[in-house]
Amino acid sequence: MAGGTRLENANPLIFQRSGERLLTVTDEDEDVADPIDDREIFDILSKSINDPEHPLSLEELNVVEQMRVNVSDEESTVSVEFTPTIPHCSMATLIGLSIKVKLLRSLPDRFKIDVHITPGTHASEDAVNKQLADKERVAAALENSQLLEVVNQCLYTRSM
Amino acid sequence: MAADNSLLLGLVEEFVSGQVDSKATETASGVKTGQFTILQLVEALGLSLTSSQPHTRGRGVQLLSQVLQECYSCLSEREVEVLIAFYENRLKDHYVITPHVLQGLKALTKCSVLPPGSAVSILRSIFQDVHVQSLMLAERSCVYNILISLMESREEELKGLGADFTFGFVQSVDGERDPRNLLLAFQVARNIIHRGYDLGKFVEELFEVTSCYFPIDFSPPPNDPHGITQEDLILSLRNVLTGTSRFAEFLLPLIIEKLDSDVQSAKVDSLQTLAACGLTYSHKELAEFLPGLWSAIRREVFQTASERVESAGLSALAALTSSLSRSVLSSDSEDSLQVFLNLVLKDCQHHLCEPDLKLVWPSTKLLQAAAGASYRASLIVSAAVIPALLEQYNNRTQCAQRRTLLEVLQGFVQPSPLSRPADGVESVLVAFQQSLCSVVFSALAESSAGLQVTATRVLTALGQQPCLLAQTDVEKAVDHLTRLILEEEDTQVSLAVVECSGSLAHLHPKAFISRMIPRLKEEILSECNAAVRLRCVTAVASVSSQLSVVQESTPVLLQVLASAHTGSCSFSVEEVSAVCISLQRIAAHARDTEEIGRFFHSNIIPRLLGLALQAALQSRDSGHSSPLTDEAVLSALVPVISTACAALQSESASRMAAQAVSLFLDGDVSFLPENAFPSQIQLLQSQAESRGPSQLVCLLMACVCSLPRSVDIPEIDRLLVQLEELICTCSHLFSYTFAAKCFAGLVNKRPAGEALDAVLERVLKRISVELENGSSSQRTQAFTLLLWVAKALLLRYHPLSTALTDKLFALLSDPELGSQAADGFCVLMSDSPDVLNRSCHADVRIMYRQRFFAENSSKLVEGFNSAEQEKKSCYLKALSHIVNNLPREVQLSELPALLPLLLEALSCPDREVQFSTLSCMQPVLLEPPEALRNQLEALFSRMLALTSSPHMKVRIASIRCVHALSRLPEHVVLPFRARVLKALAVCLDDRKRLVRNEAVAARGQWFLLGSPGGR
Repeated sequence: MAGGTRLENANPLIFQRSGERLLTVTDEDEDVADPIDDREIFDILSKSINDPEHPLSLEELNVVEQMRVNVSDEESTVSVEFTPTIPHCSMATLIGLSIKVKLLRSLPDRFKIDVHITPGTHASEDAVNKQLADKERVAAALENSQLLEVVNQCLYTRSM
Repeated sequence: MAADNSLLLGLVEEFVSGQVDSKATETASGVKTGQFTILQLVEALGLSLTSSQPHTRGRGVQLLSQVLQECYSCLSEREVEVLIAFYENRLKDHYVITPHVLQGLKALTKCSVLPPGSAVSILRSIFQDVHVQSLMLAERSCVYNILISLMESREEELKGLGADFTFGFVQSVDGERDPRNLLLAFQVARNIIHRGYDLGKFVEELFEVTSCYFPIDFSPPPNDPHGITQEDLILSLRNVLTGTSRFAEFLLPLIIEKLDSDVQSAKVDSLQTLAACGLTYSHKELAEFLPGLWSAIRREVFQTASERVESAGLSALAALTSSLSRSVLSSDSEDSLQVFLNLVLKDCQHHLCEPDLKLVWPSTKLLQAAAGASYRASLIVSAAVIPALLEQYNNRTQCAQRRTLLEVLQGFVQPSPLSRPADGVESVLVAFQQSLCSVVFSALAESSAGLQVTATRVLTALGQQPCLLAQTDVEKAVDHLTRLILEEEDTQVSLAVVECSGSLAHLHPKAFISRMIPRLKEEILSECNAAVRLRCVTAVASVSSQLSVVQESTPVLLQVLASAHTGSCSFSVEEVSAVCISLQRIAAHARDTEEIGRFFHSNIIPRLLGLALQAALQSRDSGHSSPLTDEAVLSALVPVISTACAALQSESASRMAAQAVSLFLDGDVSFLPENAFPSQIQLLQSQAESRGPSQLVCLLMACVCSLPRSVDIPEIDRLLVQLEELICTCSHLFSYTFAAKCFAGLVNKRPAGEALDAVLERVLKRISVELENGSSSQRTQAFTLLLWVAKALLLRYHPLSTALTDKLFALLSDPELGSQAADGFCVLMSDSPDVLNRSCHADVRIMYRQRFFAENSSKLVEGFNSAEQEKKSCYLKALSHIVNNLPREVQLSELPALLPLLLEALSCPDREVQFSTLSCMQPVLLEPPEALRNQLEALFSRMLALTSSPHMKVRIASIRCVHALSRLPEHVVLPFRARVLKALAVCLDDRKRLVRNEAVAARGQWFLLGSPGGR
């Protein structure tokens, strides 16, 4: 972040992080199959994606909430709604794209992935949703090495 | 003489006209041995030095200079004077000669007989006649070296030059580019500043020629032979720039300017340089720039995404504040510290009132950094911030906001080392003591777990400072803590509460004895809810760090054990074990307080032994089995006794040994309380039933094997014979294993000598007989004894240990014992928790593992190669146990040799072998050695195959290894990227979530590899 440039939203609201998912006995039991659930997807998104403006996770900024993540393992569908911090956030498309790419990389092929903005939280909601739903546009965006670079930086996890 | 002369002339001739460089060394050695003098050399050089060809003159001067470099120490003052005059004169000569002249001058400046005044004249002529920056690299370095060596030897004379010296240096360094020379130049500049040379009116010039490199951006070329790092340059430049406060007016604006840079390292360097200024600058230099500096620091801390920038910013602020705190106040000016902190408070304080927003934390950190800089600063900041925070806390009702406010408050309550009040000065918080306590108590009464946890931390911080908790407050706090222990079910809260109780009990034991322990005792003995009971027991243990508390708390725990034994209360085995663990935690305090150890020896240990003995006899005679005969409980009792015994001092330690031995050998029960035992008890007789008295041998081990090495165990030979007998005749696994450990513990501490040799000879014979008898039913027992004795001897480097471990290696191919022998290597190489470790005062030599590995790895490899196919897995298992327990550095260095075997182990079908090999390889893969690079193909194919193993643990471990491999240099692993991504895609659909989590992390990392912005 350049020293001179102004941030779009310098002092955003911070939300408390939910704790680590508790490990249960069945998690360690070889014989029980664990279906992919909302919390698992939420953890993937909240832990590994950074906001492009702040060194904060999407969970702390309330961009992604567990209640807005819907997964059906049987039907192989995932739907994620995300909420930009301010209605005119210019980063909305980038955040959406990062979420989409993270899910593409983290879920088995069989899943159909739907990422869109929480209704009523962004000025150009429809336009962004349309871009994110268009497979070819997403693919084309990821061919663009500059854009891919920014997306990858959002997905870079510092600690291992 | 004439012969010498012609010899010299020949040498000169060959060097000058013949261009034979080696003749210089010959000439030098001639001068050194006294064959010719310098004067003769100069005479011999006469023609070449006066030649009209500049190159011939250069060659002549070069020879002279090279000779001087060798033998400057044997010159007389007169010779030096003449030579200096000559060289100074030559500086005016043709430019091809200058390099050689400088070399000669450099040699002459090292002379101890340098005549007075010559240092000044040398420098004058260099500054006058040489344009340093148009010289080559080596000659420039030569000039700096002349300066450095003259500054070392002729400081007074150089200072006589006044500001001319500084000016000369400034002129000669201006424009230097080579990092090697810069390091020298910075050294000269630092000397000028630190040793008080006159800067005159050249302050700004000196600053200019050095500060133009700030902030340093230097990346050494690959394979740099000089080993200069950016860090070296940064530190030596910082030393120059921050060396004098006269630079302040130039440096501070520069820092403010550079902080605006886009380059992160420039920001960090600027902030760190600013922090370094704090040490030398006072208010006078800083005053003018404070607003600018503050706004730059604030901007960085508020906006940064990098922890390095943030922490550098905070230390810079702390340094500025502490520098202002040091300045002396004058009556007519305002308090500069106050002015500066007002600035900070104005910008930060209002953010503290918005606990939901992001900037609350950076503001808190800034204020805390300022407050932590000095006592006076903390006084000013606390006076402004704490009332505001307390008010906010009382006005807000949401738990999350209150929690944030309390967390912010916590940072202000904990004094930093610099802001700690001096002795006799009261804490800055005294004024707020009442309201702080009431906020803490109200938070403890809330239902939010986060709030309660933070409140306990604040309480701990308050408790640790004198005068912040009044007696009534302590009592109130104890009541709150007791209530939380009894009622609060959240594990995080109970943990925090127990921790807080522990630290407060150490300072205020009385309140805990009178208020908490009776209450907990009541609950433990009456409560039916196991979870509450467990929390109470844990709390009792954590508050018992002072003798007075221990005397009250341990009887409670012993009462639990007693009633568990009589069956009057129903305690499960887990609860009884938990009580034992608590007792052990209390026993650990005996290490610091001798009285606690004596209390354990005189009261607790006899009662524990008595209870265990009663239980064992009862179960033998009447079949009633109390929890105290359970193996889990006995194993938990062992560390209680051994921890206490390990802390005993000489006299009580010998008494303990005598008591334990006479109890176990002769059935002497006189020191046990409630003396109601039958007169004839034989504890070391083997019995068929499992819960009989023979299993009490574990308590014998606890008593005698952890005493200090200086304590003599009475009747040790009889004891060893009895133990050996018990091991070889007993069929109860628990009993004979502990008997073997006890035997080993005694052998390990026994001084070397005939007695020990006799014991070892006897026992080895017996082991061999038992092991060789293939039909014997006692082979496992003999093996157990062999294993533990081998460990005891290996630890102390006993010469017999090799014979024993060789026996173990041989057993790896034994059809019955092979697998046990393989697992035995884990016992051999890892620290055993209850015996033969350093806290039991065992004789453990350093690096015994490395030594064992170095001596035996080849045996293992040979054994593996010659073993039959189905027995190979035992060897691999043994190997992975050994390698797993080696220190990281040794693993790294040994890996190349073992790699083929480890790769073999990965394809071995035994899952334990797979798992332990993977877990031993994973840390090695984080910093992979060179040898691995050639085996990547084999490594990847085996690792990726294991990611679909039927066993979850193996899948997880292999995915972790694959993840670790993503950190290898990109060009090495990029060819595998597609294969890895494909294999991991399968794991994304794994049935176990834990496996999927690992796969997601690893696959994410592999995707970034070779992708723009990824790495």
